[in-house]
Amino acid sequence: MTEKERTKMALTGNEAFAYAMKQINPDVVAAYPITPATEIVQIFAKYVSDGEVDTEFVAVESEHSAMSACIGASASGARVITGTSSQGLALMHEMLYIASALRLPIVLAEVNRALSAPINIHCDHSDTMGSRDAGWIQIYCENANEGYHTLIQAVRIAETVNLPVMATLDGFIISHEMEVVESLDTQEVREFIGKRKPLYSVLDVEKPIMVGPLDLTDYYFEHKRQQIEAMKKSKAVIKEVIEEYNTKFGFDFPVFIETYRMEDAEYAILAMSSAAGTMKEAVDIRRSIGEKVGLVRLKVFRPFPFELLTEVFKNVKAIGVMDRSDSVNSMGGPVFNEVRSSLYELETRPRIMNFVFGLGGRDFPMEDALHIIDRVKELKDGKKLDFVEYVGVRE
Amino acid sequence: MADTFSLSLKELAKRNKGLASGHRACAGCPFPAVVRMTLSASDFPVVVANATGCMEVTTSIFPYAAWPVPWIHSAFENAAATISGVEAAYKALVRKGEIPEQKKIKFIAFGGDGGTYDIGLQALSGAAERGHNFLYILYDNEGYMNTGIQRSSSTPYGASTTTSPAGKVVPGKMQHKKPIVDIMAAHGIPYVAQASVSHWNDYVKKVRKALSIEGPTFIAVYSPCVPGWGYPENKSIEMAKLAVETGFWPLYEVEYGFYKINYRPRNPLPIEEFLKSQTRFAHLLKKPEVVEGIREFIKERWDFLEFMATRKESRGLEENV
Repeated sequence: MTEKERTKMALTGNEAFAYAMKQINPDVVAAYPITPATEIVQIFAKYVSDGEVDTEFVAVESEHSAMSACIGASASGARVITGTSSQGLALMHEMLYIASALRLPIVLAEVNRALSAPINIHCDHSDTMGSRDAGWIQIYCENANEGYHTLIQAVRIAETVNLPVMATLDGFIISHEMEVVESLDTQEVREFIGKRKPLYSVLDVEKPIMVGPLDLTDYYFEHKRQQIEAMKKSKAVIKEVIEEYNTKFGFDFPVFIETYRMEDAEYAILAMSSAAGTMKEAVDIRRSIGEKVGLVRLKVFRPFPFELLTEVFKNVKAIGVMDRSDSVNSMGGPVFNEVRSSLYELETRPRIMNFVFGLGGRDFPMEDALHIIDRVKELKDGKKLDFVEYVGVRE
Repeated sequence: MADTFSLSLKELAKRNKGLASGHRACAGCPFPAVVRMTLSASDFPVVVANATGCMEVTTSIFPYAAWPVPWIHSAFENAAATISGVEAAYKALVRKGEIPEQKKIKFIAFGGDGGTYDIGLQALSGAAERGHNFLYILYDNEGYMNTGIQRSSSTPYGASTTTSPAGKVVPGKMQHKKPIVDIMAAHGIPYVAQASVSHWNDYVKKVRKALSIEGPTFIAVYSPCVPGWGYPENKSIEMAKLAVETGFWPLYEVEYGFYKINYRPRNPLPIEEFLKSQTRFAHLLKKPEVVEGIREFIKERWDFLEFMATRKESRGLEENV
């Protein structure tokens, strides 16, 4: 570990993403404004106008075209970044699958916001959870600092494994809140990410290739199988890149999951993104009165680190899984269902329930965090509870 | 008249750059000829983006590849956005010294009428407005032929398709074609043209003129469809010619907003000549009022074009003699 004094900057989540993009200096940025991610594009456009980056900025007419242009540019060997939120990600949906299946290392700065209807501009995870099977690596960051560093790491991860990566921050809660970001020097960023070395490029007119051909019953499955395998193998790459980053620059960012006071925990909470920050405090409060409760923050949702979850939860008696979206399937949210499935192989399975909270930006106050812990304690003590509980809603 | 952009048939045949044989386009389909003329017309290396459609599916069935140039397909509605990205990457990589500046590459997007008039119109409009350096070629076969002959906003008035079937009450499609070339001209882009696969010299010239320009350009090329229109396989070029000779598909171009009619049929053939040769119009024999509607449409189109062509100034892509 190097003991370097890091530059400390006070940045909002959006500014942190945009600043990382400036240091990355991508070849092409194609993006479209959408609350609450607009600022990323806006700040970046100013960098372009002021000549602080060499990027070709394509101010497209929709997010569908944003991702389409990113695909065209990435297939041309360019390093490509975009940013969006909510409806924008939904409009990209078709193209997200195409970006990943064409194995294009596009990086997306995502700001989590609820999907319509009703239209709402505030945070929940329904947007990126709706894209969970689109073949993108998904990294949910807790705060602006982690968002900044993750975006830089995402470039290396994407280009090593040839899969697109989205790094997410909670809309408004993080995107518009100012926090301390410990930044790298631009030189360090550039050295860490290096130059993109594409395997193929449609700009190579001497060696023409066809990207995106028709694939029927005789080949489609093999190509999908390779993509699935790439996502599986991305686990090793994510680990390697984040660990190298930590070593090189003196950080200790968690790779897939962050554990908090789990050593002797009898019961646990699993949370993602900014809510994990609140939950850490709640755990401290309950620990202070002798409760053996811990927290697991799930950071990487795709690929899903089920092995680690099986391991970390094998000795707890009860788990409360927090979802900031609901699958509207009558059995809770997507995080809950996948975590629960990960525990199936355990000989003694813990009791588990789901807490859906914070939809449409509904505040997640400390009393709700403590309530969740207390509920899971009841679950641990054998009380029969609803499978899914909706926290912070009037019913 | 000086012919800056013409290419002799001999030279065109010598270049002979087109789809590899073995592609799966229907017998008699004219778009392979469109591709061959386009690629052979270019003096520069090109990169092609293709919208989903007949051209894309018949030329790219993995593991076979019919294109002799770099080619990218991503989806249906976004050929213009995809080529925007390719062109932006080129610009960025030239700026960063990754690609030598003197290495000129031209960017061409191909889309059918569904991918251009309808689902791809927004992406096309956006790319044109942003001013990317690309040529968009619409091969217009007047319907969603790849999915089995459905009506598009390019399908002519009165034509029977599977979603505008001629029935006991409704005699086929009840809307006229959208004036796509004028819509593109209204973007104020440098060059827009309408051409036909039957008039190779005019088409090749238009492609070469478009490729000589830095900026967005658009060509609509008429490309008849054997199964969609219902005529014998050996008649595609004849169908395209009939469309031109009846005045249904005028050949014209718009340079920086200035209209120029490239061909005026001396004795226009009656539209019936075009209609009666295709099964999609067969029901119109008993519907003279629909045929009348088509005739009026042609007249209105020509009135519009002749009026637009009265503005004589030209920014001069070609020497006027």
